[in-house]
Order: sequence, then structure tokens, then C-alpha cells
Amino acid sequence: MANYMELLSFGDTGWGDELARGVLVTVTLALATLPLGLLIGFLIAVAKNSSEPLLRNAAHVYTTIFRGLPELLTLFLIYYGGQMAMSALWRLLFGHAFEVNSYVAGMIALALVFSSYASEVFLSAFRGITLGQYEGAYALGLSRPRTMLLVILPQLIRLALPGLSNLWLNLLKDTSLVSVIGLTDLLRNTNIAVGVTKQAFFFFFVACSLYLVMSIISSFGLRRVSVWAERGEGRR
Amino acid sequence: MVYVDAPSTERPPAAVRRRWTGARAAGLMLMVLWALLGLSIIYMLVMGYDPEKVAKYGPRILSGIWVTLHLVALSLLLGVLISIPVAAGRLSHNPIIGGIAFGYSYFFRGTPLLAQTFLVYYGAGQFTAELKAIGLWVFFKDAYFCAVLTFSLNTAAYQAEILAGAIRSVPSGQWQAADSLGLRHVVTMGKIILPQALITALRPYGNEVILMIKASAIASIITVLDLMGQTRYAFSKSYDLQIYIWAAVIYLVTVEVLRRLWDLMERRLTRHLRR
Repeated sequence: MANYMELLSFGDTGWGDELARGVLVTVTLALATLPLGLLIGFLIAVAKNSSEPLLRNAAHVYTTIFRGLPELLTLFLIYYGGQMAMSALWRLLFGHAFEVNSYVAGMIALALVFSSYASEVFLSAFRGITLGQYEGAYALGLSRPRTMLLVILPQLIRLALPGLSNLWLNLLKDTSLVSVIGLTDLLRNTNIAVGVTKQAFFFFFVACSLYLVMSIISSFGLRRVSVWAERGEGRR
Repeated sequence: MVYVDAPSTERPPAAVRRRWTGARAAGLMLMVLWALLGLSIIYMLVMGYDPEKVAKYGPRILSGIWVTLHLVALSLLLGVLISIPVAAGRLSHNPIIGGIAFGYSYFFRGTPLLAQTFLVYYGAGQFTAELKAIGLWVFFKDAYFCAVLTFSLNTAAYQAEILAGAIRSVPSGQWQAADSLGLRHVVTMGKIILPQALITALRPYGNEVILMIKASAIASIITVLDLMGQTRYAFSKSYDLQIYIWAAVIYLVTVEVLRRLWDLMERRLTRHLRR
């Protein structure tokens, strides 16, 4: 037992600090992906909700692709494909190669996946808002953007929150995939620790527990957000 | 006396011309963008068609598809078996059994599948001596079996939640009516509750199958040569991005076909509910 405590200690002998740094990378990656994914997802949902069939179809193609591909494959396509495309472009423009950052590649790939699921969540939330809300806002003389921002969006957040909470937990888990393209997240650092210490079961169990702790903390945070989002609902 | 309508002299109303709105322009632009992307991918695949590479990696990719399919099918079937006791635990009123089932489900749904796969595959390596002693090492040293084990345990957690949720969604009046008819608990479950619950569970089950196909790509990381594994191998040898595109097309087609088949099946099975 003391042996295991030493393995997890911070400093030169233990792996506690490496794991902590990995947790930091995992959390910041998920947090950096979230706004991007939410924004794209929202725009896609607006497009799917449009009365214009061309725009609706374009949005549905997006969802079909990124919900149908394995997350790992999306990641590789973005990482290697981006690497090749950017290198070709850079060689054309500046005459030297370009190194794709695995953090950015991971962020883009995760945002594509997250947004395609989020757009479905937003879409069903849009359907939960009655037409009268739009009509009421227009009758008050609000412009379309202001209607969206002041009337629809606050209700949309409340309706979409349960679905988005699930997506956040999925996102947190999906970040583990970036360890495959060399980003030193929690799982990657755990792998390194295993390579040195040969205590595979112990370290992967610790990693799993850390992921669990992250989702438990998220659940508490999300519950507070949902209390905030439902503050206008009154007591029932 | 027969009244005949006088032939109308009015022309039919002109078709309403759709106006060019911003949304329409944006939609057209995006569709053109998709079409360009699709065409350039087709162009790339056609122009880059290399009989030598196809002969070299084609059979590998085909065997990869086969491995992916039976990996997923086996995991899903084992998952169904494991999910039944877990779902029973989730529905149990006994706090200890309920707690164990909740813990199981929470662990497997709250941690990344990749980490679970590492835990089983590399974690088993830490207990080589013990596993050899009880004769299970043959099983754990094979990446394929480890992947099947992890995926089964993982999907069982999700399937248990689907099953338990579906059973809970059947109104309690159904139970009461069956009780008042004097049916035994087992008969009530099998003949009354489950048939209704499984209809509710059909769609989530379909989603789980699709999620499993996508998640099975993770097996490639622990050296299983499934579709993703063969693709990764071929890419590492040829450094040709087309192989990833082919894999993407295969996964997309598989998932789309499955989704549509599932829709058809659901429509067929719920035809008595339609009005």
C-alpha cells in the first residue's frame, strides 16, 4: 500500500504530478472544445430549423457525416488530412512544411463530433418552443436577431440543458482519444507511467477513477447550471 | 337540364416565385461546398486508384470489415446477456443489489472506453502469473478477446440502463391488472411488461448498436486488426490518405444502412400503434 502511495506522490519518484498535468490537459481541451462545439451546433440547428430546404439539407449532410464516423477516424482524418493539406498549402505559400498541432487537431475533431450531436439537441429544443413566442416578439416590434437573443435563446438553453449535459460528459470521455495522436492528456501520461513502472492495472484504474471524479464534479456543476436555467420556472 | 361549367377564361394563378433570401443563398453556397467536397473526394479516389495498392491492402481491409462486424456482434450479444442481471439489479428494491448495479453502470458509463480497454488488456499483464495459474492467460493475452470482454461489459452497462428505463416506463396499471388476473410475476414480466417495454427500448437499442460500431474502432489501438486497425496499418505503410477516406466511406455506409434498416424494423414492429 505504501508502495502505491509512493507511486502516486508528487515529485521525482511519484507520478502524481504527471497525472495531475494530464488531468489539466484533458479538462482544458474539453473546456476549449465546448464553446466551439456549442456555437457550431447552434448554427447547424438554426439551419436545420430553417424554412429553406437547401439550407436544411446542407445541415443534415453535416450531421450524417460526423455522427456516422467513429470519433477516432474523424480525429485521424483531421490530424493526418489537416497535416497534408496544410503542408501543401504552406509549401506553396512559404516554401516550408507545416506542423499541425495535435491539441488543435483534437479540438477541431472533438468540436465536429460534439456539434453534430448538439445540433440535434438544439433542434428538439427549438421544437419545444411554441410559435406564439416568435409571434409575440414580432408583435412587440423586436427584430429577428433580437427575438432570437432575448426571447428564444433563454428558453432554448433551459430546454437543451439535459441533452447538452450528457454531451458534455461524452466530450470529457472522448478527449481520451487524443492520447493516440500524442497529446499528453491524462491517458497518455498514464501510459507513460505504466511503461516505466509496469503497474498497468493500478495506473489505469487510477486513470479511470480520475475520469469518474471529473464526471462526478461535472454532474454537480451541471446541476447548479440547471437550477440557474430554471430559476424563472417558479417552485412546483 | 345539365349545367355545364363555362370554360374559365382566367389563367391559373402564376406559380409563386421563391424569393432569394439570405438563407437560400447560404443554403445554396453550403450545398455547393458539400458537392465540391464530395466531388473532390471522388476525384481523389478515382485518380488515385492504384491496382497495386488495392491488391495489397484490399483483402486486408475486407478482413478488417469482417473482424469489426463479428467483434461488434459478439460484444452486443454478450452485452445483452450481462445487461439482464444488471437491469434486474437496477430495478431491485434491495439497496445493496441496487447499489452494486448502479456502481457497475456508473463506472462503465462514466469512464472512457479507451481507458477501460487499456485497464483490461494491459492491466491483465500485471497479473500474468496469477492468470496463468488459473488458465485464463490464453484468453487475456489475446487483444481480440480483451476487446470483446471490455466492449461487452461496457455495452451491458448502457443496455441495462435502456432496459431498466423501458421497464420503468410501463405504467404500473399493467402490473396491477396482471396481478388481479392472478398471473405469476414471471408470466407478467414475459407476456405483458417486456413486450411493451421492448417497443420503447427499440430506438435506444438501435442507437447503441450504432455507437458500438463506432466505438469498435478503439480496438485498433490495442492491436486488434479490425477495419480501423487494417486502415491504420495500411496508412502507416503507404502514407496514403485515401485509405482513411475509404474507411470513412465504409463506416458511413454501414452506419447509414443499419440506421435505415432499424427504422424499417421499428415501423414494422410498431404498426399496431399507428393510427
